[in-house]
Amino acid sequence: MEYLIGIQGPDFVLVAADTVAASSIIQMKHDYDKMFKLSEKILLLCVGEAGDTVQFAEYIQKNVQLYKMRNGYELSPDAAANFTRKNLADYLRSRTPYHVNLLLAGYDDHDGPALYYMDYLSSLAKAPFAAHGYGAFLTLSILDRYYKPDESVEFILNLPAFNVRLIDKHGIKDLEKLPLATTSTS
Amino acid sequence: MALQEVCHFYDSVPSSSEHSPVALALEGCCAEYRSAKVGHSLPVFYLPVMKSQPVCQPWKTINLSTMPSSTSSVKSFMLAEESKRPFDLSHGTTTLSFKFQGGVIAAADTRSSCAKKVECPSSQKIIPIHSHLVGTTSGTSADCTLWKRILSYKCRLYQLQNKRTLTVRGTAKLLSGALFPFKGTELCVAATLCGWDHTGPALYYVYSDGTCLEGDLFSVGSGSPYAYSILDREYHFDMSVDEAYCLARRAVYHATHRDAYSGGNVDLYHVTKEGWRKIEDRADYTSLEG
Repeated sequence: MEYLIGIQGPDFVLVAADTVAASSIIQMKHDYDKMFKLSEKILLLCVGEAGDTVQFAEYIQKNVQLYKMRNGYELSPDAAANFTRKNLADYLRSRTPYHVNLLLAGYDDHDGPALYYMDYLSSLAKAPFAAHGYGAFLTLSILDRYYKPDESVEFILNLPAFNVRLIDKHGIKDLEKLPLATTSTS
Repeated sequence: MALQEVCHFYDSVPSSSEHSPVALALEGCCAEYRSAKVGHSLPVFYLPVMKSQPVCQPWKTINLSTMPSSTSSVKSFMLAEESKRPFDLSHGTTTLSFKFQGGVIAAADTRSSCAKKVECPSSQKIIPIHSHLVGTTSGTSADCTLWKRILSYKCRLYQLQNKRTLTVRGTAKLLSGALFPFKGTELCVAATLCGWDHTGPALYYVYSDGTCLEGDLFSVGSGSPYAYSILDREYHFDMSVDEAYCLARRAVYHATHRDAYSGGNVDLYHVTKEGWRKIEDRADYTSLEG
């Protein structure tokens, strides 16, 4: 099951996603990237039904980039999140709804870091931390217990085989990927 | 061809050998070659017609008047196509493909099954799209062959309109986008596109539910878990060409051994910078020792 997590800090947002692309019982890919870069400081994390994720995320990505080309400045994370939600909502009651769960993480130069939780029913919530997937059941309570708004980066994140990225005022940064411990083969 | 002249776009004449494709628009003309972005020659498109084929050709139009009427296998194949499917289609196949230092290998079994019977023991599951791209097919064989032809024509149209060839990545996106409107219907196409473009060897998996993945190793079909176990153990990028052929055949063989819906022989294609090549005529590998 696919997993996404996002945590907002005082001046950054930390996001992580698992890297498995599976088809029923088979892992087709171990290094699949579920994050889509909407702009220099906005990331969209997308999980859900197989084709819907890429099609929807790329559609949003291209539209956000088009906005910048047309108007000369980038959409803010708040605007991008609402735009995404509107598209999800428009398709929800059509014949082809998109079954995708999203996290949108961004850094606005005026308003600071922002993390938005969206699900396939096009609900939108700005949250200090959020997660999708079965893993969310396990991690949300940890975050409820230990999260403090002014924590710094060291909080996180000993995650094996995850893509971890940090967004702050300098942009998007890839954090070191910790590999799964492998047993030696005979 | 007229469209070529209007677009001022001429293919080079490919070399003619038994296993290489024949250009669609040859007709004796060998006009000036306009190079694409890269040094090597543009892929050529063709209508796949190969000599000494078995009777059952999923993608070749069967002209009934030329077929001997006593060929019962042809009749049963035609019947399977025409019926309205009162039974479930079983999608039985083992196909696999992987990238390695010497190019891309595509291998598949040759059993076509329908309603829990073997409809054709010698079908083609690897279909060339153009001279530098082959696609393995899995799922409904009629859907696969149709969409491969559509992909072939879309690639050619792109080449004529844009004066450059689509990369394998672009082709995969094209196929994925063409299949996406049919998501949720009974269309079932699980293809891997194995090709060579200016970025080198390329391998993409496209499924009709919308998945489009890039990777080094894929196996698709009902026999794929069995093939994966063999491949995962022995695959590495630095294999020699012979090792790669051996591994591909062995993996398909093991899958056909365990999976009821896979069987027959092993088809093996190798895609390199010069284009695709079918390795040899089918030999019976059912006695291949693991």
